Amino acid sequence: MTQVYNVKPLQVGRHYEIDYIHSYGEVSDFFLGLKEKKLLATRCTKCGATWLPPRRDCGKCGAKTEWFEAPQEGKVHTFSILYFAAEAFLPEIPFVLAYVELPGIDTVFLTRIKGCKLEDVYVGMPVKARFRRLVDWTPNDVWFEPTK
Amino acid sequence: MRKVCVVSGGITKFAKANLNTQEAMVKDAFDYALNDLNGRLDIKDIQSTICTYFSDHFESQLLFDSLTQDYLAMCPRPSMRIEGGGATGGLGIRAGYMDVASGLSDLCLVYGFEKMSEVNTAKGNEFIALASDTDFDYPVGGFYSGYYATMAMRHMHEFGTTLEQLAKIAVKNYENAFHNRWAQKHEHWTVEGVLNAPMISTPLTRPMVCVMSDGAASLILCTEEWAKKLRPDGDYVVITGLGCGTDTMRLGDRPKGNVIPLPGEDSKKYDYLKGQWPGVHSFRGAREASRQAYAMAGIQDPLHEIDFVEVHDAYASSELQTYEDLGLCLYGEGGKWVDEGGPYVNGQLPVNPSGGLIACGHPVGATGIMQGVFTLWQLQDAMAKHCSDPELGYDGNKIQVKGAKRGICHSHAGTGTYITVNVFERPE
Repeated sequence: MTQVYNVKPLQVGRHYEIDYIHSYGEVSDFFLGLKEKKLLATRCTKCGATWLPPRRDCGKCGAKTEWFEAPQEGKVHTFSILYFAAEAFLPEIPFVLAYVELPGIDTVFLTRIKGCKLEDVYVGMPVKARFRRLVDWTPNDVWFEPTK
Repeated sequence: MRKVCVVSGGITKFAKANLNTQEAMVKDAFDYALNDLNGRLDIKDIQSTICTYFSDHFESQLLFDSLTQDYLAMCPRPSMRIEGGGATGGLGIRAGYMDVASGLSDLCLVYGFEKMSEVNTAKGNEFIALASDTDFDYPVGGFYSGYYATMAMRHMHEFGTTLEQLAKIAVKNYENAFHNRWAQKHEHWTVEGVLNAPMISTPLTRPMVCVMSDGAASLILCTEEWAKKLRPDGDYVVITGLGCGTDTMRLGDRPKGNVIPLPGEDSKKYDYLKGQWPGVHSFRGAREASRQAYAMAGIQDPLHEIDFVEVHDAYASSELQTYEDLGLCLYGEGGKWVDEGGPYVNGQLPVNPSGGLIACGHPVGATGIMQGVFTLWQLQDAMAKHCSDPELGYDGNKIQVKGAKRGICHSHAGTGTYITVNVFERPE
C-alpha cells in the first residue's frame, strides 16, 4: 500500500531495490588474492608504473601491466575519522578511513585502520595489512593495523 | 569561433526541499531569466537548450531532460543532457558555449536542476558516493566528506594549514550569503562556533560542509548580435575563456610530479614542492582548467587580473585547495592568504561573494549554473537588484564587488575528477 506523507502537495512513498550480478573482470585476481592474504598489484611492462588497486592497462602510458605481490607493511599517508556516513555505512561509524603508502607502490591505497583507538592514528603511522578469513569479496577483505 | 555572450540568468531559491516538480523548478529559473530581459526575448527565438542534472538516483526518473524540454515548450528544438558529477553545471555552460561558438545555435538556454530532498541525508550521501569507484573506493569509504577530509588532513600535514583557517573560510561564506536572498542558509557563525560544531569527518565540522539542496538555475547564451538586441544598453557579459581539466577517479591514483605552470609562470617557482604534486592535497584538473582558461582569456597574473571568483566550495578545505590551483597564491599558502584577508569581499580578490555552496546550497546539477548566474549579476553590478531583501535585512550591495569587469566561475566534480573554469567579462 502506498504510504502518504502529505496531501497538498501530495507526497507518497516510492520503493526501489535491485540486485546486480557484478563482474570484477580483469582485476578479479586482486579480490581472489585477498582470500590468500596477498595484496596483488600491477606493474606497467613499459614505463614501470605500479598500481594498487591494480589496472590491466597502465594509467600513465596505456601499455599492458603484469601482476606482482605488493608489500604488506607501510605507513599512513593521510586519514580521517568518520563520524557520519552514507546510509549503508551508518552502523559502522565512527571508523578511520586512510590512504596507506606501501614501498614500491606509486599509488596510495584507500583502506580502513583498525586495531587501535581512533584518536591514536597519525600521518606517518607504521601499519600492516590484515585480512578477513571469511571474505565478502570487497576491498574490505583487507584493512590495516598499527605494526607495533 | 564566434564570440559567445551571456545575457540573462535565473535561479530558484535553493532549499532543503522544494515541493514543486523539477520541471516547474526549471521553469521558474527560466522565467526569472526571461523576466530580467523585460520582454525582449520571445522564447520562439531560442534555438537550442542544454540540460544538466547529476543523478538518476536522486531524480528517480531517467531521461528527465525530455520532461523539462517538453515543459519549457522547447520541443522540437535540439537539446542535450550534460552530466559530470559536481561539475555538471560548469560543463553545461561549456556545452552551451560550444553550441553558440560553433554556429549550431544563435541562442542557447542552459539550465540545470537537482532535487535531493526525496531521500534522507544519509541515503543522499550514499547516492553521491556512488560517484566514486564502486569497486575499490565506495565499499571502503562510501562518503565524500570522508574523502575530502583525508585531503584536508594531508594539506595540513604538508603545509601547516590550520583548522582556524578552514573555519575562517566557512565563516566568510556564511557572512557573504547573509546578504544573498537566494542562499539556503542565512546564519552567522564564528570561528569558535565552526570548530565546536559536530564533527562530520576530521577535520571537517558540519558548517564546513555544504548541504543537500533542491533547486534550479538557468543562463541564456547567445551571439554578440543577439546580446546587443537583448541588452541594448550593453549590460551583458562575454565568455572570454574556458578550461576543463580532469583527474583519476580514485584519489589515491593521482601522480606525484611537477606543477603545471600557468601562463607566464616559471615552473621553477614550484621547485619547493619537490615533485610531490598534486598528490592527494591538490587538484591537477583545476590547475589544468585554469591554465587553459587563462591562456584563452589572456590572463597572466590571476590575482590582479581577475576581480572575483565563484569557487565550488563543497568543503571549506576544497575552497582553500582551489585558491592554490587557480594561482591566487602559492601551493601551501592558501591558509596564509585567508589569514591575510585575501578572499574576503573587501580583500585582494573576493572568493565566493555569493556565499558559495557552503551557504547557498548545492543542488548538484544546478550548482555550476548558479555560480554562472552570480558571476553574471556581479558583472552587471546587479547584486543589489537581484539579491537584496530589505524586509529580511539582506543587502546585496554588501556583496557587490565594486567595478568588477572580469569574474570566473569554477565548477568541480568528484574528488577533482572534472573541473571547469569559465571566464566572464564585461564587453569592452
